[in-house]
Amino acid sequence: MTMRATGRLVPPAAIAVGVFATLVLVVVGGGFDLGAALSAFWRGSVGSPYALLSATLVRATPLILVGLAVASAFRAGVLNIGAEGQLLAGATAAVAVGLAGPTWPGAILLPAELLAGIAAGAAWAGVAAFLKRSFGVLEVISTLMLNFIAVQGVSYLVRGPLQEPTHVYPQTSALAPVARLPMLIPGHRVHLGLLVALALALVLRWVSGATAAGFRVRLVGASPSAAVMGGQVKVKRVVFRVFLASGAMAGLGGATVTTGQTYALFEDVSSGLGYTAIAVALLARLDPLAVIGTGIFFGALEAGAAAMQRDAGVPSVFVAILEALVVLGVLAMGFSRRASAVASTGIE
Amino acid sequence: MTIDAFSAFLEASVRTATPLAYAALGEVVVERAGVINIGLEGVIIAGAFGALVASASGGVGAGFAGAILAGVILAASFSFFVVVMRVDQIITGTAVSMLGLGLTGTLYRLVYSSGSATLHTPTAGPLIVPALSQIPVVGKALFAQPASTYALYVIVPALAWWMFRTTAGLALRAVGESPSAAAAAGISPARVRTWAILFGGAMGGASGGTLVLSQVGTFAEGMSAGRGFIAIAIVVLGRWTPLGVAGSALLFGAASALQYLSQAMGWDVPYQASLVLPYLLTLVALAGAGARSAAPAALGET
Amino acid sequence: MIDSPPALSARGITKRFGRTVALDSATLEVRQGTFHALLGENGAGKTTLMRLAFGMIRSDAGELRVGGVLRHWRSSADAIAAGVGMVHQHFMLIPAMTVAENVALGTRGFLSAFDRRAAADRVTRLGSETGLVLDPDARVADLSVGAQQRLEIVKALARDARLLILDEPTAVLSPLEAHELYSWLRRFVDRSHTVVLITHKLREALAVADDITVLRRGKTVLSNTARDLNEHQVVGALLGGTALDEPRPVEPADTRRRNRGAVVASLSRVSAADAAGVTRLRDVTLEVRAGEILGVAGVEGAGQHQLIRVLAGRQRPVSGSVALPARVGFVPEDRLRDALITSMTLTENLALKEAGTRRGRMPWAELRSRTTAVLRNGEINALGPETAVDTLSGGNQQKFVLGRELEGAPELLVAENPVRGLDIRAAAQVLESLRLARAAGVAIVMHSADLDELLVVADRIVVCFGGRVIAVAADPQSVARALVGAL
Repeated sequence: MTMRATGRLVPPAAIAVGVFATLVLVVVGGGFDLGAALSAFWRGSVGSPYALLSATLVRATPLILVGLAVASAFRAGVLNIGAEGQLLAGATAAVAVGLAGPTWPGAILLPAELLAGIAAGAAWAGVAAFLKRSFGVLEVISTLMLNFIAVQGVSYLVRGPLQEPTHVYPQTSALAPVARLPMLIPGHRVHLGLLVALALALVLRWVSGATAAGFRVRLVGASPSAAVMGGQVKVKRVVFRVFLASGAMAGLGGATVTTGQTYALFEDVSSGLGYTAIAVALLARLDPLAVIGTGIFFGALEAGAAAMQRDAGVPSVFVAILEALVVLGVLAMGFSRRASAVASTGIE
Repeated sequence: MTIDAFSAFLEASVRTATPLAYAALGEVVVERAGVINIGLEGVIIAGAFGALVASASGGVGAGFAGAILAGVILAASFSFFVVVMRVDQIITGTAVSMLGLGLTGTLYRLVYSSGSATLHTPTAGPLIVPALSQIPVVGKALFAQPASTYALYVIVPALAWWMFRTTAGLALRAVGESPSAAAAAGISPARVRTWAILFGGAMGGASGGTLVLSQVGTFAEGMSAGRGFIAIAIVVLGRWTPLGVAGSALLFGAASALQYLSQAMGWDVPYQASLVLPYLLTLVALAGAGARSAAPAALGET
Repeated sequence: MIDSPPALSARGITKRFGRTVALDSATLEVRQGTFHALLGENGAGKTTLMRLAFGMIRSDAGELRVGGVLRHWRSSADAIAAGVGMVHQHFMLIPAMTVAENVALGTRGFLSAFDRRAAADRVTRLGSETGLVLDPDARVADLSVGAQQRLEIVKALARDARLLILDEPTAVLSPLEAHELYSWLRRFVDRSHTVVLITHKLREALAVADDITVLRRGKTVLSNTARDLNEHQVVGALLGGTALDEPRPVEPADTRRRNRGAVVASLSRVSAADAAGVTRLRDVTLEVRAGEILGVAGVEGAGQHQLIRVLAGRQRPVSGSVALPARVGFVPEDRLRDALITSMTLTENLALKEAGTRRGRMPWAELRSRTTAVLRNGEINALGPETAVDTLSGGNQQKFVLGRELEGAPELLVAENPVRGLDIRAAAQVLESLRLARAAGVAIVMHSADLDELLVVADRIVVCFGGRVIAVAADPQSVARALVGAL
């Protein structure tokens, strides 16, 4: 499957209308006070500096990183839906390093944690990439299986070797302050991870547009046949490397969750982040800079929904419906052109 | 190991395997038509919710009907995008799963208010077959199960017969191997795929129904717990045949039940190991020689 | 038989795929009880026309009658029900299934048991009746190509086909198997059935068929009984050699040979296969020199597709050695799939050429100016280097591809049907560019299905036939004979 970033975003108006309509439907249908719900949503997402900086942007950070991971893979035609497992691997590795080196200075510890996250995410993706290259295993299934294995792995670790010393709670000890990503603004929870995410988006944009390697990835994603025949590009090699890079980025995203947000590892630390990231990537039409926007958008959505549940009692799980509708909407709009292109070749 | 412990382990295996088998048997038909439905997870949870809603007014029978209907509806949305609009199967499936989980979770919270008090649905308890259940070791495992498990004893061979011994089953398999060859023979791949997906929806819904009505007796958000994805692995391991899938489902059920056995036996094995076993098995099976050759040749193609 | 309506009658059939016109008011009249050969070169439209007749696609205009009745097929099922059977060029078989299962495919009934015994009996019975013997329980993947061919026919017969359409049936058969097939088809026709044979092998067609129809560029250019035609006329219609009988004015030898120099590329005992693994080139030895245009002629499937790709460095041979220069340009036949990415800009498409080996940063400014130069030199009508390729016409796209490949000063340029589908002006410009490149010392290998343009441009001609590559004199008669294996 090839996906093309056409460069044009889905009209934001359409998305905003769709989101708003669903929100209103859920609130009214459930018999909640619309006014209270909407104001709670607003206040919880972007209506106050606190909400923006401590809720929305904090949630957006891993969404951007993992969204970049998914977008990078999809651009090359690699259907990496294993971002969930790869980010868990990264989250785990970062915590493990953080717990192992509380005496190290922060300047060494923090990069070490993030690097560990990158390596672990790449390795986790590497299993699926290897299976794809050597055995032709569909990455869709293998990455899914690896997601579940990762979940169980985390479960085992937080109840076993990495469990906190009192052995009461299924989680690791909290990271020492030196092992935590520093906050950017005192009093607010937005942390260094956001800058890392923004930097990565810029780097990816630059790589994609300005380097030969990035160009090759775009070629492979746009037309593998032209890449091979016209450009003599080694498609298999490009695909393998992109797969690993995608895992690395997801791992980095997971690392920022445990070192910048939760400061510990526990089950369900990601709460479906890896799947939301797919929606983030698709809505951004796979463009790295647009992922910043869509990552913040979904971060705001989730923050607002959490506030709505807290203050007005509206179940926040409806956000999953929104995300699904966004994906389906993007698919319907983006690929209706492809379907007609297939039809015109005369093959049924 | 005592006979009793082993027997209990077998009984738990069959019980755990039942919802998996329903979902996987539906998915094997879908994949034989060349389609991967990653949205199966959403279908199962939709079925569970449908069972909850329908059984409140009509008992267990209505509950299963509601489960099947809910599953078919969700599968129909998947079918629309994949067959009619020719959109990528994988991403659509992911979205359908998210949709199913989100819809059921939201509706559950809205309709059943706070969700703190556990709801109880009517359940269908085990139907103990008089003499057969007394057979040592396997008696209880095979003949002291709810009716939905017994239904499988008929469904599995019937599906196997239909798939390999009827002209319609032949058409199904042809579409999954080579849609163009099937079209040249006068078969409509679009129609075959639509029916297959809807059947998968019915079975997936039934799977959710058995979870609620034959086992847990209640609904909880996300109670499908990845079974939809496991079912896909079961289809691969079972090499796309109903009998293989049934056996593979049993294997996965046993792997999950292993945790109880190891607890009973006092083995010092973390329970996650037994949960992980099925997924590792799948990866090995996928990589194994000939694994790809067993798959329908046109699987996953738009 | 003169009174009965034609078995098949297609009138004024037009079919477009996107911007390409596959059939342009084509006609075909197949008399009942005859053996009718439908001839045409690659892309002439014959497969499209017969797929229409078999219900696999629908026409944009025109009428189709089978047995005198106007038909609007909704799918192949309707055609099959009306007694039409088709044996496809690329077998529509299911390799993982058995012979019996493939034969039984498509018969109706939801719960009707697929009686393995009955299907097997059917296959055996058909085998003894027709001489097309097959093992019902054999897996198709294990069958030889000839046996698969037989199965394709048996499949059609099992559905009681009275009009049998065969698409290039002998393309993959040995001469003996082909002979057996034709004998059988002759007997089939003698039993009051009708056969339409799609082929480009005109000698075979003339030998076995009662009637001949020739398609060229989507139009019917010739239709007559075989008895009243000779090879010459058919070749002329087939390839468009309008002046085959006139001696072609040849460029003076010295202007052509002025810069002909060192060997630039060579093949030594090269064998190559197609995507399905069938050997298409056998033990080929060939040299290409600087400053010459080597024309490659060959009918479809004769091996020139593989020859072109091996010379362009895009395909590795199965055996033998290939010596290529450092810079090779390639203009493939399907430019939209293999040479251009239509959603990207012209500059990006220029950069595509070196994408496989480039390191470091992309020098976009330099690439843009190079693109502008290519556009200017080729007189290509485009708004600028940053416009998307899909805004260009086909002719301009092709000129761009050629300009791009020549811009890097290659020592060897390989082109495949470079003027296919282009209007006259664009085609002339492309050929002129090739001449200029030759004058500058570039070695050029060009394949064309159109004999006209090949003879106009090429210095030397080689013909692909049966996996071998034979050098021939550059006159129409010699080439035409070699094409059909008469040399």
